[in-house]
Amino acid sequence: MKKLIVAFLLATAPLLGLAAGGGVHLDDADIDLGDQASLQRGAKYFMNYCLSCHSAKYQRYNRMAKDLGLTEDEVAQNLMFTTDKIGNTMDIAMTAEQGTEWFGSPPPDLSVISRARGVDWIYTYLRSFYLDEKRPFGMNNLVFPDVGMPHVLWELQGTQKAVFKLDKGSSGNDIQVFDHFEPVTQGTVSAEEYDQVARDLTAFLSYVGEPIQMERKRLGVWVLLFIAVFFVMAYLLKKEYWKDVH
Amino acid sequence: MSMMKNFMGWIDDRYPMTKVWNEHLAEYYAPKNFNFWYFMGSLAMLVLVIQILTGVWLAMSYKPDAELAFGSVEYIMRDVDWGWLIRYMHSTGASAFFIVIYLHMFRGLMYGSYRKPRELLWIIGVIIYLAMMATAFFGYLLPWGQMSYWGAQVIVNLFSAVPVIGPDLGVWVRGDYVISDATLNRFFALHFLVPFVLAALVFVHIIALHKVGSNNPDGIEIKKGPKGNRWDDNAPADGIPFHPYYSVKDIAGVAGFLFLFAAAVFFAPEMGGYFIEHPNFEPANPLKTPEHIAPVWYFTPFYAILRAVPSIAGSAFPGVVAMFASILIMFFLPWLDRSPVKSIRYKGMLYKVMLWLFAINFVILGFLGTQPTTDLYKLMAQIGTIYYFAFFLLMPIYSKMDKTKPVPERVTE
Repeated sequence: MKKLIVAFLLATAPLLGLAAGGGVHLDDADIDLGDQASLQRGAKYFMNYCLSCHSAKYQRYNRMAKDLGLTEDEVAQNLMFTTDKIGNTMDIAMTAEQGTEWFGSPPPDLSVISRARGVDWIYTYLRSFYLDEKRPFGMNNLVFPDVGMPHVLWELQGTQKAVFKLDKGSSGNDIQVFDHFEPVTQGTVSAEEYDQVARDLTAFLSYVGEPIQMERKRLGVWVLLFIAVFFVMAYLLKKEYWKDVH
Repeated sequence: MSMMKNFMGWIDDRYPMTKVWNEHLAEYYAPKNFNFWYFMGSLAMLVLVIQILTGVWLAMSYKPDAELAFGSVEYIMRDVDWGWLIRYMHSTGASAFFIVIYLHMFRGLMYGSYRKPRELLWIIGVIIYLAMMATAFFGYLLPWGQMSYWGAQVIVNLFSAVPVIGPDLGVWVRGDYVISDATLNRFFALHFLVPFVLAALVFVHIIALHKVGSNNPDGIEIKKGPKGNRWDDNAPADGIPFHPYYSVKDIAGVAGFLFLFAAAVFFAPEMGGYFIEHPNFEPANPLKTPEHIAPVWYFTPFYAILRAVPSIAGSAFPGVVAMFASILIMFFLPWLDRSPVKSIRYKGMLYKVMLWLFAINFVILGFLGTQPTTDLYKLMAQIGTIYYFAFFLLMPIYSKMDKTKPVPERVTE
């Protein structure tokens, strides 16, 4: 019987090894949701750079204060620009019509973007803007070609250009393949520091995507421990009852 | 004690409480040789209860409205006390239900639990499976994400592929020309209703089971064997009372199941995009088709069959027919198997190979159903589809040709 189960598991294995599609290589975001300082920095960047065009309309300020180890006063004074009520959600004044007029399409709500796109995608996206004169804002993005969003973090990162190389496509014809980025102008922070900015923002968006996730895993350990003990008890009970079945 | 007796006597004069308890639990004699696979029936009932309870509690905060549905799910995840747990139990429970039921059905295939006298038991089971699929399909629209929307769009369009009446049928199902608020509202109503029909069918399934008695891994009818055990001189010698023997055993099975279930709920509720698909975290957008639409994993074997069949004159109808046929063919299984023995243990190599290939083929079809079509995958899905039907349609031949082993008189350990 064990053989059968193993065979069945082996047969299902390919299903589990599936990776999400998409051609561009995504860098490992390597976020740490236990690092509250990182989440707090991420919150600061988010409020300053993102939350005027993008909303996070399912995330409440007071919930964020509690989860990120901040007092409600600290949040109200330093991080709350769109409302004066701490119990409100992170909504914005910009309408979808304005967004369409200004950027071509309304900037999406970011409440669960980390769950739709994945954290590696966000981390790579934030670091993949490059100069492209063909775009209205002079910037394009490698993981989101022809994105409507301007590179709002350009002051921090500086600008970079994408270097492509010629490669043979699957059908043998020449195609342009991304090779590497080359810095053009220096930003206010170093390349390593900018990676950390992107990581902090990504961590914050991951938190916003599912505020309960750390608590869920913490609780899960206790639930599994309880069930394990319960299983041992149930198994011993079964053995005791079944002693006389021959 | 005597007060209790008087009380039970009072009840029993008015309702057959003791009689039901004895007939279905304390004096229901089940074969003593059940193995791992026999946990699945009780687990399926457990998952049904979990789904109904969590579902009712979700419905207390969910809004079946195209404007509000997506947000109300996030409201449950964030603002409702323990809402996240209730929601993850429900979303994980949907997949767990299908895992348990697929194992339950495979158990039936292995040990010939569909053979005489259990034909009707099997047929009721297939009806339950259909009710489950309907429930899951209705429920998947409710979060109102991109995959909810476009998955429902693809499936309802299948009805529109029916010649002549198709387009009207599609409008009748949707209540609109596209998936819309009207569709969401009716799917919510049906998603709430069908599980109770399902529960009633489970009741009928168990009544049918207790009429004919449980099969077992040896496929031996214990009722036809020698009589008399420690509890009753007329009960089958190889039977033991369901309660307490299998009730305590099933509790251990429940604990084992709950360990895996909780591991998924607390540590991997999305299960890498299989239990909750990533595109479903984007609100439904009728103007933006996702680049790749795939149903949830438990439907993908049938979706692969649908896509494998070529269209005729631009109509996907042949694929639709194949897909429905692949499910309906299960109804005929009891009469397709002509083997003199029931259990895989005494069937020959030919049948064993056919059955295991069927299981592997089902998993491969499931994988192909999640993938975008390529020439290679399409060919594989076509071969898989042919094998799927061959397994059933050729069964009268190969089950008869098969060299079976002698079946012992009594059940083995």
